[in-house]
Amino acid sequence: MALPRASADRPFLSVSDLSVRFPTEDGLVYAVDGVTLSVDRGKTLAIVGESGSGKSVTAQAIMGLLDRRYAQVSGEVWLDDEELISQTEEQVRHLRGSRMGMIFQDPMSSLHPFYRVGDQLVEAINAHRSIGKTAARREVVEMLGRVGIQAPERRFDDYPHQLSGGMRQRVMIGMALINSPALLIADEPTTALDVTIQAQILDLISSLQAETGTTVILITHDLGIVADVADEVGVMYGGRLVEVAPTGRLYERPEMPYTLGLLSSVPRMDRERPDRLDPIPGNPPSPINLPAGCVFQPRCTYSQIVGGDTCATVRPELTETEPGHFVRCHLPVTERRRIAADIVRELAGSPR
Amino acid sequence: MTTEPHEILRVTDLRTYFPVRSRGIIQRVVGQVKAVDGISLTLDAGETLGLVGESGCGKSTAARSILRLVKPTGGTIELDGQDITTLSRSALVPIRRKAQMIFQDPYNALNPRHTVGSIISAPFTVQGVKPPGGVRAAVQDLMGRVGLNPEHYNRYPNEFSGGQRQRIGIARAIALRPKLIVCDEPVSALDVSIQAQVLNLLRDLQQEFGVAYLFVAHDLAVVRQISNRVAVMYLGHVVEMAPRKVMYTSPRHPYTHSLLSAVPIPDPQRQRTRRRILLEGDLPSPINPPTGCVFRTRCFAAQERCSVEAPPLIELEPGHMVACHFPVTEIPASVATRA
Amino acid sequence: MAAYIVRRVGIGIGLLVLLSVTVFFLFSILPSDPARLTCGKICTPALLEANRARLGLDKPIVEQYVTFAAGIFAGRVFAPDSPEPIVCNAPCLGYSFSRHEQVTSLISRSLPVTIWLAIGAFIIWMVVGILAGIYAALRRGRWQDRVVLGVSMVGYSLPAFFFGLVVIFFVIIKLHLLPFPSYVSPFEDPVRFLQTMILPWMVLAILNAAFYMRLTRNQMLEALGEDFIRTARAKGLPDRVVIRHALRAGLTPIVTVAGLDLAVLLGGAIITESIFSLPGMGSLTVASVNDSDLPVITGITLVAATFIILANLFVDLLYAVIDPRVRL
Repeated sequence: MALPRASADRPFLSVSDLSVRFPTEDGLVYAVDGVTLSVDRGKTLAIVGESGSGKSVTAQAIMGLLDRRYAQVSGEVWLDDEELISQTEEQVRHLRGSRMGMIFQDPMSSLHPFYRVGDQLVEAINAHRSIGKTAARREVVEMLGRVGIQAPERRFDDYPHQLSGGMRQRVMIGMALINSPALLIADEPTTALDVTIQAQILDLISSLQAETGTTVILITHDLGIVADVADEVGVMYGGRLVEVAPTGRLYERPEMPYTLGLLSSVPRMDRERPDRLDPIPGNPPSPINLPAGCVFQPRCTYSQIVGGDTCATVRPELTETEPGHFVRCHLPVTERRRIAADIVRELAGSPR
Repeated sequence: MTTEPHEILRVTDLRTYFPVRSRGIIQRVVGQVKAVDGISLTLDAGETLGLVGESGCGKSTAARSILRLVKPTGGTIELDGQDITTLSRSALVPIRRKAQMIFQDPYNALNPRHTVGSIISAPFTVQGVKPPGGVRAAVQDLMGRVGLNPEHYNRYPNEFSGGQRQRIGIARAIALRPKLIVCDEPVSALDVSIQAQVLNLLRDLQQEFGVAYLFVAHDLAVVRQISNRVAVMYLGHVVEMAPRKVMYTSPRHPYTHSLLSAVPIPDPQRQRTRRRILLEGDLPSPINPPTGCVFRTRCFAAQERCSVEAPPLIELEPGHMVACHFPVTEIPASVATRA
Repeated sequence: MAAYIVRRVGIGIGLLVLLSVTVFFLFSILPSDPARLTCGKICTPALLEANRARLGLDKPIVEQYVTFAAGIFAGRVFAPDSPEPIVCNAPCLGYSFSRHEQVTSLISRSLPVTIWLAIGAFIIWMVVGILAGIYAALRRGRWQDRVVLGVSMVGYSLPAFFFGLVVIFFVIIKLHLLPFPSYVSPFEDPVRFLQTMILPWMVLAILNAAFYMRLTRNQMLEALGEDFIRTARAKGLPDRVVIRHALRAGLTPIVTVAGLDLAVLLGGAIITESIFSLPGMGSLTVASVNDSDLPVITGITLVAATFIILANLFVDLLYAVIDPRVRL
């Protein structure tokens, strides 16, 4: 356990060996397994993964949203100068919605259908500050305007079902930011939205972030969104972090075969690709039945290069291959870079 | 497949309206939701036409109207030369051999109480087709073709992953070798690493059986991957239709430009330096669409003529149709919001 | 919404008409003969015919129904040609010749008893059922949850007559904790009233509480799993507010069923009233069926049906109040 350094040179959010285990009838399920990452103040970290990767559970663990009766959470989460995992439920509750805010995927179901929109925002204020009814209403109307909702005075009294999907997500963002949190976690905030609305929402988050200096963790499966807004990227697979890098580096010199597979097999809007893509074979793993050794090994086309059954039996560690770039893979560095160069070159060579 | 182009589907001025009923003591029809408001398109055998648009554009309703799952209000639908627009339910049964559908949600499209075998053999039973070698053999052959283990014949859908369930749906659709398959967002609900597998499968089946796809989706990258031609829809209208490469590299309709510029590209350098249009506001109501051109309320190129006269879909270049009075080749600098 | 109410009331009236016609004609097919039943010990054929005429039973059945229906609005006079005509003011639901009393007055004597019984039990079972259901949902899977589920299953399975008799046996006869039930109005003798009602309230409440425990538990569990509860927690709302959010979301089916349950009960809790000798609508129903007293049965049926129709309407309106997405 590292002691926190002075605030200027330590990351704002620091997650250390975070694990989340659920006891089930079939044994202990590792939804998140030893995740270590950090984000600097005011920056955006994207966590990329598919279903079963553990990205949402990681976010919920950071926010303290997991029910301690059913989930075993271990590790450390340092939010600036406070450690969160060791605090009680009640202590973390005070931080939620005030120091940390979270928005979720489906704005249609994430707002209570029976309460007015304005009241739900006022509630967010009242949970942490007592400022009186008129002042609260004024703040809410102002926030609704800031998130781009027209006629916010009138919208205050609307019910969620009277708003469009894009507007609901704006309300969610407003609700998460109303107490000026230092950290915002956005879990697939645009997946359920149309692409033109998605662009509006991402733009909104970026501009609010620029205004307030909020640190953002963005969870997504969309590599385009990551390329757009993230400063740093963490790729998760099977509950583990398999690659971390600054954004530019991840797309130019990815090293983990899973990341490589994603980048080369994802359909592209900006390039003509071969009729047949080169997909990652197999299916994402189920958290109940994780492979021993490297969690990606069953689908990895390069495990023979390593030789023997190392990949199948030995868990690779997250190692730093260049400053700021971490990879969890048994392949020798030179091999990884060679394979990556080939793939990136092939991609870059596709006609637009 | 080396056959001459042979038209499998011709849709002319298709309209599908849904009535809006008032809430008085006696309920009267007070308006129409114009979900599909006059679209025309053609599809050749063995070809894929991508139908893209955002929610509310009418692409799903159009797809279902074409297959007569929803009753069209006007226009004509010709399948393999035959007008199926007003056929009765019973007359449609033999048509179902020629045109099938694959659905979006693999978790809801299969009856959880039926085994995989009975799901895939249903088309044979319903249409009374007896393949040589028997139904079971045919089903197992299909399962093998779509990448499933034929020995899982007796398993239930809940024992399969999302991607595998989608394969079951594909096997069912392809069972009677239809000429047209309408795919309604077939990969949107799948994990990214599985999407490529299913797209490859669809492509392979097309190569082998010469089936045409009407591929409805909102994901522009997926549509680019699989389509030969693409049609863009907005509020019940087709606003642009072109061969794939032309659509993505030189679109002309302002909406197409906006749509393409809004999709983020997995390439940080390019993405952050792109010029983008941010469309303001939300979709107008399909009950009361704007007069003239339906896109004019959000269009950066709109002028007076656009509110008076609805632009027809005309052929600007061979194969490239646009419905716009003032088509643009490039996003004007004044409109872009991000340098 | 006004149009909706008008439409529903119209349908309701239609239902009542249909109901009264059905009951009326059903009874005309029955073998028992009211003329004979009220004829007296020595009944000669001549007396029988005279009685039949006096009761208006010699008229065609449709005319009898029309007279009956008209009487509800305008009142009527029974046996107008006899020396003692009986004046029945509107709303006239009929005259019970076996009891020599107007149906309306019979019902207005029995209804308050049933109302006290129903409302008292309702309050008890709703409070107990809902609180227990919420508690079980919050402690899902733990022993508290299993206890509540177990109690609910027992309560569910106990037949009311069995439980009622057992309770009477132990509490009244064996342990002398309470006197034998004998109904008085609460305004006359509140102590006696409570002593009489407490046991029937408990018996009636047990069965229903069991159901509402389960229903509330299920509704709460479902609501607690909803996305907006996750949002509420993410906002940092305290637990009691989160529970309130969940309850509000899951309330609608509970309210709907509760309204209907209460309405049915207002028509008479037959078994409970019989066991505890309460002179309510249930007891009246039993007695009139035994006597084939058509006017009373028709009257009770219509009153009970009116309760249910009104309750249905009320519950649907309440639904729209709770859930702003519902537009009537």
